[in-house]
Amino acid sequence: MKLAVCIKRVPDMEGRFKIASSGTGIDEAGLKFDMSDFDGYAAEVAIQITEKLGAGEVTVISLGPDVVQETLRKALSMGAHRAVQLKHDAPVSDGLAIATALAAELKDGGYDLILCGRMAVDTQNRSTGAFVAELLGLPVITAISQLNVDGGVVKARRELEGAYELIECPLPAVVTIDEGIARARYPSLKGIMAAKKKPLEVKPAQVGAVTYQLEKMELPADRAAGRIIGEGKDAVPELVRLLKEEAKVL
Amino acid sequence: MANILAFSETRLGELRRAGLETVTAARQVADATGGQVHAVLVGAPGIAQHAARLAAHGADVVLVMEHEAFANYNPEAITATLAARLESGYRAAFFAASAIGHDLVARVAAKMRLAYASDVTEFAFSGDAVAVAHPGYTNKIVQRFVLKATPALISLRAGAVLPVENAKAGAVEALTAAIDPTSVRVKVTLTEKAAGGKIDLGEAPVIVAGGRGLKEAANFKLVEDLAAAFGNAAVGATRAVTDDGWRPHSDQIGQTGRLVSPDLYVACGISGAIQHLAGMRTSKTIVAINKDKEAPIFKVADYGIVGDVMEVLPVLTEAVKAVKAGA
Ligand SMILES: Cc1cc2nc3c(=O)[nH]c(=O)nc-3n(C[C@H](O)[C@H](O)[C@H](O)COP(=O)(O)OP(=O)(O)OC[C@H]3O[C@@H](n4cnc5c(N)ncnc54)[C@H](O)[C@@H]3O)c2cc1C
Ligand SMILES: Nc1ncnc2c1ncn2[C@@H]1O[C@H](COP(=O)(O)O)[C@@H](O)[C@H]1O
Repeated sequence: MKLAVCIKRVPDMEGRFKIASSGTGIDEAGLKFDMSDFDGYAAEVAIQITEKLGAGEVTVISLGPDVVQETLRKALSMGAHRAVQLKHDAPVSDGLAIATALAAELKDGGYDLILCGRMAVDTQNRSTGAFVAELLGLPVITAISQLNVDGGVVKARRELEGAYELIECPLPAVVTIDEGIARARYPSLKGIMAAKKKPLEVKPAQVGAVTYQLEKMELPADRAAGRIIGEGKDAVPELVRLLKEEAKVL
Repeated sequence: MANILAFSETRLGELRRAGLETVTAARQVADATGGQVHAVLVGAPGIAQHAARLAAHGADVVLVMEHEAFANYNPEAITATLAARLESGYRAAFFAASAIGHDLVARVAAKMRLAYASDVTEFAFSGDAVAVAHPGYTNKIVQRFVLKATPALISLRAGAVLPVENAKAGAVEALTAAIDPTSVRVKVTLTEKAAGGKIDLGEAPVIVAGGRGLKEAANFKLVEDLAAAFGNAAVGATRAVTDDGWRPHSDQIGQTGRLVSPDLYVACGISGAIQHLAGMRTSKTIVAINKDKEAPIFKVADYGIVGDVMEVLPVLTEAVKAVKAGA
């Protein structure tokens, strides 16, 4: 089985963000970067499939400047077999433009299953997986929390708001990965050593036309500092009064 | 003037509130730019009964597509049908920023080779451009985009536009599926309400969320009781809790869970880890109950009570019930 995982390098969300002077990006000074959370889960799912089969190959792909090689190496050290960087130095905000480049790389790869994250945790576009699938003419199941691949069929579960669905489709297919399916493993020392010898190809990205353009980034208004109104159950009447009279939510 | 399409999401034969929000949003645009609102209603036979509510919220036309094969969500048949319809010349189409809405809008955009704006909290149409705001970086940054694609495809964050009644004719027209809905590759074989989650986390005006401070799954009863007392509340949870299997993953709020911003968020026995705050810090009013007065949740809570959830929650539940009963 040949699997591909699309991986995006994003800043660590624990950081405090500052807007860069361009107004259309964040100030990257002092920030740590890592694989977007859901892409880590997707890589883990793909690696587990090949481990279970004792066969197969996981290719990880990332579009971006050379620093994404670090993120690809991490996926290799988790257990992915080979990596491809689609080199593109300028940031792109248009999901279709990104998907066009990813699809161009995936098209002739002969992949049985292509995995993306449910969303990239920085831009939160939530579109790439579906775009890639349509561009490749493949079926797609988005935002799945369980996955079972057997006999050429993908069976999955998707969490809705207060409900869930069970979904199936034939292989080859694209899936996008949600919370609940797997946690990304920490690379072992052995894995890190092995990753150094695994192939990492660099190719120019064929990014599509842009019709969705980032104009400006802003920090949301700060919340007022928190306030403790009392201790234990004796504070309940005051809380109820505030919810009624001040916050007007009761 | 070009018309505006609103996809009105249904689930198991019920119309979702998000389905009215998209109609209201489309109405706002149509009133400003001209054109009609066409609401799309898809489901098993009988779904047409909801057409009147869509008309009451501003649909000039309700396009109804009924078939047994639409009892569950049928992404490929709906996508093909909407894409074909939109090709006929619409200015915009609104979808809910829900699991289904995001799945569908991305498929339609892909089929039409258009970019789309996801999880939109603000939108403004002018000429051939639409300025939108959509939160990114786990809600820590507001991203302002200009969308130049026509039709402008938008998924609308729950609560960004509240349903408003504005009655129009709502003429019912049958919409024919562009492909056979029984011969599709992607099949939803079951849709089921999750145990416990009576009200939709994405839509509830009030969320009562529990964390590890509840000590065990059974104690979530206290959280459910408080939610029930509010009457309009959903139950949420931290990842600590969903990882332990006390609650389903669909209840998880945070960086890798749901991003919510209800009018009121009550955090019970939740420490307030940065990844949890990422999902709820935009809530209008936040209440925290935690026995540790140093817990970071108190930094974002408008009203904090330092105390034991086992002791405070039952008293709060009774007090809320009393208010709701008009006492
Ligand atoms: C990549 C990544 C993604 C993550 N994504 C998410 C996410 O999406 N959502 C999420 O929630 N977490 C997420 N986490 C986990 C997060 O870091 C925290 O571990 C988690 O939110 C903690 O949950 P908690 O508050 O329930 O538990 P704890 O941190 O254990 O807090 C329990 C709290 O309960 C209090 N308490 C104990 N007993 C009582 C009592 N009797 N009465 C009152 N209070 C009491 C304690 O004082 C404590 O503050 C993520 C972590 C990582 C690394
Ligand atoms: N630059 C990129 N390189 C590789 N994969 C990407 C890139 N951007 C997005 N993706 C993939 O698409 C998913 C969804 O991203 P988005 O549609 O931007 O929310 C991510 O989780 C990745 O799997």
